[in-house]
Parts: sequence; structure tokens; C-alpha cells
Amino acid sequence: MQKGALNVEKIRKDFPILKRKVMGGKPLVYLDNAATTQKPLAVIDAIHDYYMNYNSNIHRAVHQLAEEATKAYEDTRVKIAKFINARSTDEIIFTRNTTEAINLVAYSWGRANIKKDDRIVITEIEHHSNIVPWQILTQEKGAKLEYIGVGDDGYLKMHEYKKYLDSGKVKLVSVSHMSNVLGTITPINDIINMAHEKGIPVLVDGAQSVPHMPVDVQKLDCEFMAFSAHKMLGPTGVGVLYVKRELLEKMPPFMGGGDMIKEVHKYETRYNDLPYKFEGGTPNIADVIGFAAAIDYLQKIGMDRVREHEIDITKYALDRVAQVKGVTIYGPMNAIDRGGVVSFNIGDIHPHDLATIMNDHGVAIRSGHHCAQVLMERLDVAATSRASFYIYNTKEEVDVFIDALSEARRLFKI
Amino acid sequence: MSDDIYREIILDHYRNPRNKGKIQNADVSIHDSNPLCGDEIDIHLKVDGDKIKDIKFEGRGCAISQASASMLTEMVMNKQLASVKDLTKDDILENIGLMNLGPARIKCALLSLKVLKLGMVKYYADRDPASAKKLQDDTRTL
Repeated sequence: MQKGALNVEKIRKDFPILKRKVMGGKPLVYLDNAATTQKPLAVIDAIHDYYMNYNSNIHRAVHQLAEEATKAYEDTRVKIAKFINARSTDEIIFTRNTTEAINLVAYSWGRANIKKDDRIVITEIEHHSNIVPWQILTQEKGAKLEYIGVGDDGYLKMHEYKKYLDSGKVKLVSVSHMSNVLGTITPINDIINMAHEKGIPVLVDGAQSVPHMPVDVQKLDCEFMAFSAHKMLGPTGVGVLYVKRELLEKMPPFMGGGDMIKEVHKYETRYNDLPYKFEGGTPNIADVIGFAAAIDYLQKIGMDRVREHEIDITKYALDRVAQVKGVTIYGPMNAIDRGGVVSFNIGDIHPHDLATIMNDHGVAIRSGHHCAQVLMERLDVAATSRASFYIYNTKEEVDVFIDALSEARRLFKI
Repeated sequence: MSDDIYREIILDHYRNPRNKGKIQNADVSIHDSNPLCGDEIDIHLKVDGDKIKDIKFEGRGCAISQASASMLTEMVMNKQLASVKDLTKDDILENIGLMNLGPARIKCALLSLKVLKLGMVKYYADRDPASAKKLQDDTRTL
């Protein structure tokens, strides 16, 4: 691991896409990292190398290519286990994305454990992927979904959480570690400890936290953790579900088919050992292998430094956006309590219009409901604009973004 | 490479497996398989005190998996469970003389050890839960 502040200029050289010009010659200012991050050459090369040199299916054949591919695929699992400090690689299941990881828990653990009148607690800040699977499950089982509210300051209303836990009916808590809209870092240790006092398991949606800060599943002691490769320099199509082994051993399979079996007979099947029991079908081999290169890249930098850089740039962006006349910023105003995400609205400019004006300046931001319509309803807005940062973003880029914001104000006469 | 693997002794154990069959009133019987090539092994144990008094296996699969099982039964017959408990992956590979198997084929060679350890997990489950847990963990690294 390196020391000191990030050498952002050096990092930028590793990302070919950042050299791109857009909109007729403007340098790309990519501020949509909460949606997906760019990929360093090391990741692109790893995928290229696999298809060029050892493309093969895994876990079955005994020829050389298959053994090389299997080893590379399983090496990624080892790296992920270390990255989040899981006890064992058996606890790491590959999925397509965070959404599939949460659905796996809902369909497997949820179907076996949630009964009529049970309650599942989530929050108003959740992404749709941590709402809809629980709606489907609770509707199927006659159970109930409860929401921890979010205050106007962007912090969760923990007294509501306590009230739900005291009902004695809660069977699962499923909470985002970091909001993709507000940036709020939730008090995840308190949430988990309070649930554990009542013997309730906790799923942590780490889609926005694992890419941006050190995350240790043993320290957190959560039962489930879901996240995606593509938000942390890796390829799309690879997600991770961490499950504590005690629970995983009792979970029924999610998808039946090849690779998740040991023996199939006409009317019964013996399932494969962990974690393969949950990885039916040929997986996304190339991209899992690419993910390893992304983890190597992040570990070389060190997640503490990734986090420091984001606090630094977020603080700068919050200060500058807050000075813009007519702007409303959503979420905690203290950069320490939030990830590298700044969501806002300005005057009566619809976020889609703002994003189009930004795009004219080469600035890529996100506009819309960010797959968090429950939160949009709570904030009483149709949509927000969102700038989100990663290791390759600079304060100069924030300045370009602010200039574009001024141009939008000029056009809309605010 | 293949000359090394399919030496006479491996083929001999494959075609003339030792200790193959069932044990009437076995103390433990256990089954597992390797999804790679569908290798299957059942191991039956008769335990006397802390000693393996009899061991037999049934199975089908590749030459490596079946020869390894046959050689394992010879290796542990009449041994103390305490010593069998600590057998490692390298002990087996040395015993069958195949130290350089690739990651796929090594599973074939170790299947019988895994089944034996799982059998001992079952045997120890009530008698010595700590040993059962350790053995269970051992099987995960095979």
C-alpha cells in the first residue's frame, strides 16, 4: 500500500477513457461514478488476456486452459475474501450484481425463514434493489415491510428503528451502508448491534460503500453483504454476496442447474459444496477474472486513501455547490458522514435539463430518481441531479462542473 | 506427464481395488462425490475403541479417484483414529506418488480422504464435538 495523498494525475493515466474528448472536443469530466466507475487498463487487459489466451469453461474440464481459467476465477474469490476480510472463500458467492445478490437472499433465506406476520425492516433511503425483493417476499408470505425514516438532515431516524425492533416481530434488517442519493453513511454498527441484541440477522447493501471505504465483514459482524464489481473499477456483470457460513449452510439453492450440483438423479439431486451450490450455470468468467485486477489496483492504493481523497473532494464540491444561488443540497452537509456523492436541485431547472446543459460542457452527471423513488417521494421531488466522485476525479473537474452549473443558471435566468 | 500418473501401481489399484465392498453393521457409512467427473466414493468403517478395525469402500470413477481410495484403505487399516484424523492432503499425494496433479485432478485424488474425514466427523459428532468440527473444517480445504 502506498502512503500520503493520492497521486491523481498518475492514476488518471491508467484510465484510457479519461483521455477521451466529448461534445466536439471537450475533455470528459466523468462525475457519474455512483452509477458505474471507469476501468483501468489493468482490468481491460485481464479480460482481453483471458479471451486471447485461455478462454475456457471452468470447474469441469481437466485440460490446461480449463485449469488456468479455473485458477484465475478462484483466485478472484480469494482476493475478495481478503478484501472484505471474510473468514473463508466459501462465504463468497459470485452473482451478476448487487441486485441479484439481494434477490438470492430474499428467495433462498427469505423463503425458508420469513413467515406470515413477520416484519422486515429497511429504510427510506434504499435503492430499488433493496426494496422490491422484500416487497415480493412479504407479499408472498403475508409479512410486512417497515421503513426507518430519514430526517430532513439526511440521517436515519434511529428511534423508529428501535420501535420496530421492540415489536418482537422483526426477522430481518436490510440496510444500505451508504445512500446512492444522499451519500449518507448509515450508522451500520449501531444498526447491526441493535438487531443482534434481538437475534435478528442483518443484510448490508454495500454497493456504494465497499468501493469507497475499508469494509470488514468480520468487524461489522453482518450476516449478509452485497456489492458489485462495476462500481469499484471492475467489469459489469459481476456481483458478490457474502454470507456468514452458519447461515449459508442452511440456505436452500437459489437457481438449479449445472455447476451447483454434485449428483443429479431422476428425482433427486445432491447439491454441490459451498459456495458452488449458489452458482448455477456457467458464470461470467472473463469479468470475474477482470475483477481481480480491479481489487489489486484498489489494494495497491489502499482503501483508507481512497476514502480520504473522496472526503477531500466531496468537501470541496459541497462548499462550492452550496455557494450557488438557488441550490438545494440533499443529505448530510458534513463530508465525514457521507460518501463522494452530491445530490442537488437548483431553482426550477429539471435535473434532466441540467444534465443536458452539463453534457454540453463535457460533464457527465446523473439525473433522475436514481432507482430510489421511495426517497424521492420522501424528499418531495421528482428527481435530483447527482455528481459522484472516485479516485481519478480532481478539484479542477469540480470547477468545470461549477462553471457548467453557472451556465445553466444563466440560461434559465436564475 | 501421463506416464507419471498412470504408473503400474495406480492401474493395479484401479483394476484390483483393495478393501472394496460393504461392511455389515458398519459403525459409520458415508458417501460423497466429485462433480468434476462424477467420481463417487462410499466408505464404511468399523471402529474398535479408537482403532479402525475394518474399512471398505465402494465407488466408481476415474483411475486416480479409485486407486487413491484403494490405497487409502490400506494406509489406514488398523490405525488409531487419532493418527488418521491428522492425515493431510500431502500425505495422500505422497502415498499415491502423485505430487504434481493440477487443480482439477487433485480433487479426484483427495475425494476418498474427504469422504473418510466426513465419516469421522459423523463418528465424532457426539463423542468428541471439537474433533468433529476440526475435521469438518479440514474437509473444506481438500
